Amino acid sequence: MSSTQPERIVMDAQEMSRALSRISHEILERNKGSQDLALVGIRTGGVFLAQRLVTRIQQIEQRDILPIGELDITLYRDDLSIRKDQPEIRKTTIPFNISDLKIVLVDDVLFTGRTIRAALDGLMDLGRPAEIQLAVLVDRGHRQLPIRANYVGKSIPTSREEDVQVFLEELGQVDRVSIITGHTE
Amino acid sequence: MGLKRKDLLTITTLSVEEIELILTTAESLKEVGGRDIKKVPALRGKTVVNLFFEPSTRTRTSFELAAKRLSADVINFSPSTSSVVKGETLIDTARNIESMQADIIVLRHSSPGAAEHLARFVRSSVINAGDGWHEHPTQALLDVYTIKEKKKTVEGLTVVIVGDIAHSRVARSNIAALTKLGAEVRVVAPPTMLPLYVEQLGAKVFFRFEEALIGADVVMMLRLQRERLGRALLPSIREYATLFCLTAERLKLAKPDAIVMHPGPLNRGVEISPSVADSPAAVILDQVSNGVSVRMALMYLLSGSA
Repeated sequence: MSSTQPERIVMDAQEMSRALSRISHEILERNKGSQDLALVGIRTGGVFLAQRLVTRIQQIEQRDILPIGELDITLYRDDLSIRKDQPEIRKTTIPFNISDLKIVLVDDVLFTGRTIRAALDGLMDLGRPAEIQLAVLVDRGHRQLPIRANYVGKSIPTSREEDVQVFLEELGQVDRVSIITGHTE
Repeated sequence: MGLKRKDLLTITTLSVEEIELILTTAESLKEVGGRDIKKVPALRGKTVVNLFFEPSTRTRTSFELAAKRLSADVINFSPSTSSVVKGETLIDTARNIESMQADIIVLRHSSPGAAEHLARFVRSSVINAGDGWHEHPTQALLDVYTIKEKKKTVEGLTVVIVGDIAHSRVARSNIAALTKLGAEVRVVAPPTMLPLYVEQLGAKVFFRFEEALIGADVVMMLRLQRERLGRALLPSIREYATLFCLTAERLKLAKPDAIVMHPGPLNRGVEISPSVADSPAAVILDQVSNGVSVRMALMYLLSGSA
């Protein structure tokens, strides 16, 4: 489907890798190390990005016990009662108690902010974190809610009609971020 | 990705893909039951009505809990306390409930086809929670879920269903679900308790319990419905227990890692011996807790097409 649509690469594999390395350092700087820190990736893209960040942070910090979780926000979406077709629910796996931890929520693209709103509600139902921060690979603007990321890989101005897609090795793709025009969703 | 149907009335009319979708959704939802705060907002503002014309604690409570964990509002209707005793028909009762903006009606009724009949008259989604001897689809779904959880897959397994097959909606729904998913289903019972056309449902018939048990992966015991014994199906409960009670001795004929299931309530010492019911092979309580996840999944998936 996407192969027939014009694709413009706005971030290649190397840029993506550098951005993730920078974010890892920023996370450590802001939190003064990795004490009481945990990363939670939002399914699906955010999960892989969170894993990459954890690997980097552990390398920098020389420790290998950073907790990591996966969050599915479907049950917290704000459009469930108006949709005709219910979206697929995937697993939320957060194998640690989030209470009193500093949670870095990780997503691939920050757009309207609705996903993050849902993720915040989802996290709060699991406990009372000391703090929640937000890391995203791409901020494409067009916020519909007062939400802002603490760590941004790259800000990319887009028009609402465009689609920003993050391709990841973990999904069998070549690492890159692209703007796809002419999508009809 | 939701179910492309308004109601869940039978297993027979479900596709394998639909069954798989319900099972994976249930698997994802199971995590909610393990939380400190066991509630998610997915069905906020929706109303679920439990309309039970037959006594049931387990199934009704399971549906109620499932709806509440999804934040739906739940109303329980039972005939003894409602206008049904005053002569109102099923359809009129349901229409009244629908006028109160019910999104999902969960129906248990003693007449086969009651749920299907009701579904034609109301816009609400209808979930069949047991209609006479016909079907009990959510029980079969939670049974299949439990088998999958313990055995990873259903395909290729040998499942023995034991007891009053003829009067069992649990058996009928399970035979349908298990054969669709590729299991070999054996049924074993006294001849008076086997329906005439059971082989057409895809099950193999046995009359001797011991023979049916050989090589079984799953042994599914049905409750001996004592309330039906007036129909002279059996000489005595004791004779039935002698021939068809799942004892530790008999269970040894099945595979060493066989699991034992029962839809409840248990008649200890009749169809299942206490030592088996309390053994690690018994997954009866897992069935109960999985029932909530499976019913949550169904309500979630049906709420989209309402």
